[in-house]
Amino acid sequence: MTDAVTDAVVVEALTKRFGETVAVHEVSLAVRSGELFGFIGPDGAGKTTLFRVLATLLLPDAGSARVLGLDVAKELWALRPRLGYMPGKFSLYPDLSVEENLRFFASVFGTTLDREYDQIAPIYVQLEPFKDRRAGALSGGMKQKLALCCALVHRPDILFLDEPTTGVDAVSRREFWELLARFKASGLTILVSTPYMDEATRCDRIALMQQGRILAIDTPAAITGSFDRTLFAVHVDKRYQALIAIRDFPHTHTIYPFGDVLHYTDQRPDLAAGPVAAELTAFLAGRGLSGVSAHPIPATIEDSFMAYLGGVDEATA
Amino acid sequence: MSAEIAIQAHELTRTFGSFTAVDHISLEVRTGEIFGFLGANGAGKTTAMRMFIGLLAPSSGTATVAGHDVYTQSEAIKRSIGYMSQRFSLYEDLTIRENIRLYGGIYGLANQDIRDRSRQILARLGMEQSADTQVRAIPLGWRQKLSFSVALLHRPRIIFLDEPTGGVDPITRRQFWELIYQAAADGTTVLVTTHYMDEAEYCDRISIMVAGRIGAMGTPAELKRQFDTDSMDEVFVRLARPTTGAGAA
Repeated sequence: MTDAVTDAVVVEALTKRFGETVAVHEVSLAVRSGELFGFIGPDGAGKTTLFRVLATLLLPDAGSARVLGLDVAKELWALRPRLGYMPGKFSLYPDLSVEENLRFFASVFGTTLDREYDQIAPIYVQLEPFKDRRAGALSGGMKQKLALCCALVHRPDILFLDEPTTGVDAVSRREFWELLARFKASGLTILVSTPYMDEATRCDRIALMQQGRILAIDTPAAITGSFDRTLFAVHVDKRYQALIAIRDFPHTHTIYPFGDVLHYTDQRPDLAAGPVAAELTAFLAGRGLSGVSAHPIPATIEDSFMAYLGGVDEATA
Repeated sequence: MSAEIAIQAHELTRTFGSFTAVDHISLEVRTGEIFGFLGANGAGKTTAMRMFIGLLAPSSGTATVAGHDVYTQSEAIKRSIGYMSQRFSLYEDLTIRENIRLYGGIYGLANQDIRDRSRQILARLGMEQSADTQVRAIPLGWRQKLSFSVALLHRPRIIFLDEPTGGVDPITRRQFWELIYQAAADGTTVLVTTHYMDEAEYCDRISIMVAGRIGAMGTPAELKRQFDTDSMDEVFVRLARPTTGAGAA
């Protein structure tokens, strides 16, 4: 796992505090060169702090981190020209035009927009019609694409994208991930954070984070594969009433609304799916609920995340 | 019948210079309904919502909110509604209890009512032990639940929720939706925006705005039938970007 040659990022027991708050707590992980690695977790999980440490913008309080083999605290000047960082908050110059922002960021890294044009062309073609518009006047999706161009314009070897899709609609999010897949294909190592669980499957591997700690690191398939109970999708006409009713069912382990169904797990791991489904549907029918059916389904990342959270202290109560 | 309608808009339009942000939208939201107000960034949701809550005058068309006219009775609207945004809702350097008291005062509640309702809110949210903690020190999920309760403090007939669950962990997100269901069961009308497509499924009906117009409206099941898919995500993608829709992922 921690082979210095092939690992783009190696983090060991990294801790970062702000006063009393432990934003990142003894985090260890390794990201391989060329990997698209996702940090999945809600606000307050520590994703932004971890990215700022890795991007050499904050010093760790304990532990260490190496990016491209360079220590983020001791070798930051060698590291900075080689990394691209897109902060979660829009941080370009709103009074400069699209093109001026790009030329500025290129010049900071001692290059020019013309020399690097092919690097950013896949994204920039969509922005070029607006190249004279002030960055502050762009739509949310366009700002995000400009920020990505500015983070890429100096041809970094590794890219940190802090919540690039937060607050972005489902369609623009999809387009953004398609862009990332193209850059990954060119060999770039990409670390990206997101609060949207459904985006996890776009990554090679993910770390699930909550309250400064890593709950799990693996491929999305391995994480959902390790869900250790049979998960049932429950269809029912009145979902909210069914949700309340299932809390009274004596064998309920978890019950969550999930889109147009309810997701149920049973307390009895050894009981086969058939009998569990039959008991549950009979119980709901007995409560006067109609349209009831239950069948086993594979877990999603969100189911897995909630299973991990269930084992964590009730901080979210 | 009009008592049954919480929000009614007819050909409601708002322009900014030559740009039409909201383009002749018509809709009715029934009392006690959970109505999902969806759309891509820039589709006009925020502009429409600002007209509904009395913060922005329409350019043309008509609308009533809780029976009040959006052109002439915006103050009455503001007293009849609650509003919660993702960005700002509570004062971080006040305690939980102080925030409730402050908003109670702003809404003009009597001191006794403020005390009673504070007690109810703290009990329902299980926050009695933390009542004197500054809001900056409580988890985001708590803040969102508290914001929601504060927005309901003056017992509004309609509550507007602008991306109330953005960035919230998946368990808290679901707990938040239970609060929404409870409010609706008590007769409060809920209009909510979200980027989580699974949350669209929790609504009684939804509308999806596309370039200032309402591109589709109905129950989640109706919309999925209409677009012949079992995924709300797919409905949204096809509507918002018809050219890059199905299969583009």
